[in-house]
Amino acid sequence: MTHAQPTAHTTHGAHAQETGNNWRKYFSFSTDHKVIGIQYLVTSFVFYLIGGALAELVRTELATPQSDFVSREIYNQLFTMHATVMIFLWIIPSLTGGFGNYLVPLMIGAKDMAFPRLNAIAFWLIPPTGILLLLSFFVGTANSGWTSYPPLSLVSNQAGEAIWILGVILLGTSSIMAALNFMTTILKMRIPSMPFQKMPLFCWAMIATSALQLIATPVLTGAMILLGFDLLVGTAFFNPTGGGDPVVYQHMFWFYSHPAVYIMILPAFGMISEILPTHARKPIFGYLTIAYSSLAISFLGLVVWAHHMFTSGTPDWLRMFFMIATMAIAVPTGIKVFGWLATIWGGKLRLCSAMLFAMGFISMFVIGGLSGVMVAAVPFDIHVHDTYFIVAHLHYVLFGGSVFGIYASLYHWFPKMTGRMLNEFWGKVHFVLTFVGMNMTFLPMHVLGLQGMNRRIAEYDPQFATINLICTIGSYILAVSTIPFLINAIWSWVKGPQAGANPWQSLTLEWMTSSPPPVENFDLDPVLVSGPYDYGHVNAQTYNTSFVIEPASAQTAEAEEAATASS
Amino acid sequence: MQGSTVTQSQAELNFSATHSHQIDHHSEHPDHRLFGFVLFLISESMLFVGLFVAYLTYRAVAPVWPPAGTPEVELLLPSINTVILLSSSFVIHQADGAIKKNDVKGMQLWFLATIAMGATFLAGQVYEYAHLEFGLAEGNLFGSTFYVLTGFHGLHVFVGLLLMSLVLWRSRRRGHYSDQKHFGVEATEIYWHFVDVIWIFLFSMLYLLH
Repeated sequence: MTHAQPTAHTTHGAHAQETGNNWRKYFSFSTDHKVIGIQYLVTSFVFYLIGGALAELVRTELATPQSDFVSREIYNQLFTMHATVMIFLWIIPSLTGGFGNYLVPLMIGAKDMAFPRLNAIAFWLIPPTGILLLLSFFVGTANSGWTSYPPLSLVSNQAGEAIWILGVILLGTSSIMAALNFMTTILKMRIPSMPFQKMPLFCWAMIATSALQLIATPVLTGAMILLGFDLLVGTAFFNPTGGGDPVVYQHMFWFYSHPAVYIMILPAFGMISEILPTHARKPIFGYLTIAYSSLAISFLGLVVWAHHMFTSGTPDWLRMFFMIATMAIAVPTGIKVFGWLATIWGGKLRLCSAMLFAMGFISMFVIGGLSGVMVAAVPFDIHVHDTYFIVAHLHYVLFGGSVFGIYASLYHWFPKMTGRMLNEFWGKVHFVLTFVGMNMTFLPMHVLGLQGMNRRIAEYDPQFATINLICTIGSYILAVSTIPFLINAIWSWVKGPQAGANPWQSLTLEWMTSSPPPVENFDLDPVLVSGPYDYGHVNAQTYNTSFVIEPASAQTAEAEEAATASS
Repeated sequence: MQGSTVTQSQAELNFSATHSHQIDHHSEHPDHRLFGFVLFLISESMLFVGLFVAYLTYRAVAPVWPPAGTPEVELLLPSINTVILLSSSFVIHQADGAIKKNDVKGMQLWFLATIAMGATFLAGQVYEYAHLEFGLAEGNLFGSTFYVLTGFHGLHVFVGLLLMSLVLWRSRRRGHYSDQKHFGVEATEIYWHFVDVIWIFLFSMLYLLH
């Protein structure tokens, strides 16, 4: 029996070699999933900063009731692009493309993704499309909101709208390519000793996410094609003056865009399920229920879209169905939340930055989830539709949920990706600023919405001025909060302390190879000797010796032995 | 990965990682392309499902369908076209049978026959477009959906012809396709069946039940 232990020395050597010669690979058409993952993460973070800058312009305009900072037309373009950039160029690419690419093959012990070249193509569609979308500001960019409802989208900036449609189709194509790659990789390329029920929960979440991307995205493409015909050729699919039906667009659009909400949160759920047990030093509570609840959310997510259209003349019986289906999603989501709480309950918590963001994720996401159940109720929704209550709700889910999840994961896996530790003090400063800024920006918006302030309008009634000013100050705190993170990340990448293979004493496979991992991931093929969350069930040695090479029969025996020991 | 990694000897495992990628890419890495391709087709079918549902919604909501003043759609030519396209599915299946018997010549012949049938279908569709009494954007919802749906299907037929030509081009090289190795032939066949199934739905909706 041979134990393979990556010593500190070899880890350092490999790292020096990587940074010394190979930084150019990040600008190349690399087919290494780790390079592509980092390309996704860095690119999408740049778009996050751009989308954030657009948000700051929006908030600056809203600091006062008059439209005095930018014109109303520009304001419409700003919030349209803010949402488009944040959804299509930041959250979806970083969660699925970034972390999915980096982690999935490592977690299942594979050498790479199933289709490496397709993977690279999927990434390289994103930067040019993003630049194209941003350049459309020069011709007057799309200004009918990220939902781009006709007939409004048909009578506003035509060139900008056409570029927007093209951009959404291209980004959707990239997303489909990535999804079919993940699906194939997870279903077909796990190491032989990893059955489904020993797969890390992030991989379960990626199966659920990929299924949504594969099924829902093409319908959005269909909607975009018809909208494009209406815009450029003069057909009347969605134009009521020509006999078309704008509500058909809304159905097609939300058939994708509601599942998109789960595409933006399921991978974060998965990563939180990795981070919490590691830093609480306890097994995850209810592994199978958390795994299957991802699939349940994925399925239910496909049949709730019309809850965005309660005020679009949807008939009562249909409203009833969509209300109940939407509320049903709270069940699998609640299962996850209670599973996480039970996981950290009585744990030996390590309150590092990753864990703080993960716990911040739970608390913020629960607020967004609860207001989600509120707006699922038809009578309530009719009152708050298109008000700031919705803006508050969606930002608690997408910022408090997705972005907190991304930050938690960045702190957790940065050592693996770069071989260096992030600075904990500045990490905590970052967390406090983000947490305070986020709540100061978005919590008061609930009040604004209930008082009747409409979204997507540059001017508002002076009675809302004070609360809006508070939101704007909060958003500036959020802007400042990225500075300690950026400095921390760049400085640590270059000069941070060496991380070693497994700084968090974690049990999943990505920690069983050097940091950063070599090309094709594992010098020796890994074999599972414990479940992914068997904290407390395994002896301390396992954290450093979890990949073992020996003849097949002995391996299987040991895997079985470990399985019985843990159960 | 399935099963192969466990039995490898240690010497193979210590093999330099960068080189092994190039050398045993095909021998060690099981082929998942067909699985991935089927996933892609499932995804692609949702594009048509979206467009079909849009059409059916227009149809269900409109008081009269097709809208008043829509000229009759000629049935004879599209029916012949349908027969040609559907039979081509059986023809391309012969190509699959041929390559599984390592008969590259036979595969090429059957592919050529399928290309001819697909091209006839497309030519028929172009002829039909040229002689229809309604256009794409003349304020008639039936006309617009008709052109977009059949046009999208036609685009897929065209891509199918390109795929078959690509397979033929590659099959010039001796041994490129064999009874063991013929992903390109198999994928093209599945794609062609997919295009056919879409057409059955389209033909029923736009011609028979309109």
